[in-house]
Amino acid sequence: MNTKNELNNQARRNFIGKIAGVTGLALAPGFVLHQVANAKAPEDAVTNKVRWGILINTNKCATGCNDCVSACEKENAWGSASDNESHSAKEQKAQWIRKVTLTDKQTGYVNSLPLMCQHCETAPCVDVCPTGASMKREDGIVLVDKHICIGCRYCMMACPYKARSFIHEELKNQSVNAPRGLGTVESCTMCVHRIDNDGTPACVEACSSAMTFGDLNDASSKISIELKQNGGEQIRADLGLNTGVRYQGI
Amino acid sequence: MLFRAINLKLFVLVLAGLTIALPVTADNFEGIVPPPKAKASEINGCVAPVEDMRKNHMEKMLHQRDKTLREGVRTKQHSIAECVNCHITPKKDGSYANFGENEHFCSSCHNYAAVSIDCFECHRDKPEKLDYKHSQIKNTNPHHNDIAFSEKNTQTTETLDTIKSGDSK
Repeated sequence: MNTKNELNNQARRNFIGKIAGVTGLALAPGFVLHQVANAKAPEDAVTNKVRWGILINTNKCATGCNDCVSACEKENAWGSASDNESHSAKEQKAQWIRKVTLTDKQTGYVNSLPLMCQHCETAPCVDVCPTGASMKREDGIVLVDKHICIGCRYCMMACPYKARSFIHEELKNQSVNAPRGLGTVESCTMCVHRIDNDGTPACVEACSSAMTFGDLNDASSKISIELKQNGGEQIRADLGLNTGVRYQGI
Repeated sequence: MLFRAINLKLFVLVLAGLTIALPVTADNFEGIVPPPKAKASEINGCVAPVEDMRKNHMEKMLHQRDKTLREGVRTKQHSIAECVNCHITPKKDGSYANFGENEHFCSSCHNYAAVSIDCFECHRDKPEKLDYKHSQIKNTNPHHNDIAFSEKNTQTTETLDTIKSGDSK
């Protein structure tokens, strides 16, 4: 009798032990979820609680350095990272981000900076679009909805930063991250596919010394602290567009 | 009586433990709990039952495209990239067909029905990761049986083996 009971007890203990282990395992992923509690779940829509922005310190931006541009090309498969657009003239080809060099005629001071879509709060490209394809997300990222873009290029005319380009020929082997094709307008998306997965835009990742990415609405974010301490200017601030991309040292 | 009560409590405890534990334990406790469904399990179809998908896939994709682009909703169930990832069929040499070729999952039907679509003017028409494989279980998906056992199939022998033997994962 005793032996039988012991056996039973042992079996029961083993079983309870297993269940305890199982329950522990089940709880473990919960803790991981807690650590990334601030992250957006894939099924959640973006909100205007955040406003994404990029701060560029032009004093640290080296003349001749092209890292941000090549990172963007690679991420979104345009320019030198794609063999498409071979029939288009140089000025027709896609240019999501480009390096601009400014020289002060009086002092000879040379300023080098990357220029791309400035992700304006009151974006002229959104204003002029006849179909609603040019649009701004709740979190401040300005995009082209190529599903309904008719390729009229009004937005290209309206943009003060010459940030948009038009695709003149059929493309193949696009990046899965950046659908792009004939007859539509495109521009910097601030790597929206990365941001939605809690990532950083490819250009900022390639150049963390001169570029900072973050939430302009969050006073404790690195970009907001830097802007508060050292300021940051908008290009063509006179237009009052409240751009999401800011510059230091211009 | 007391013994019974204890047994009942134990039973409830065990039941609760099993309920909580089901999703994560299959690997470590094989035999106690059933294995988790593989990605794109064809038991219920990848996304919805096959009949539903044949008739309504365009509605689901249309809905999802606006949610994704305008609201940043990036669930995978109705994402075009996932359609391509799962449904693309490797050719004999292991490469993937481009949209327009009959071997491409989308164009095989769309060419036949003469319905032109505009997805792949912009979207990538084959997986970016070349070693992408999804669950292919024999018997549960009529489509896979068709392609696997028809004379005209152009699948790699490796893929065919997977289909015949089921997913080993």
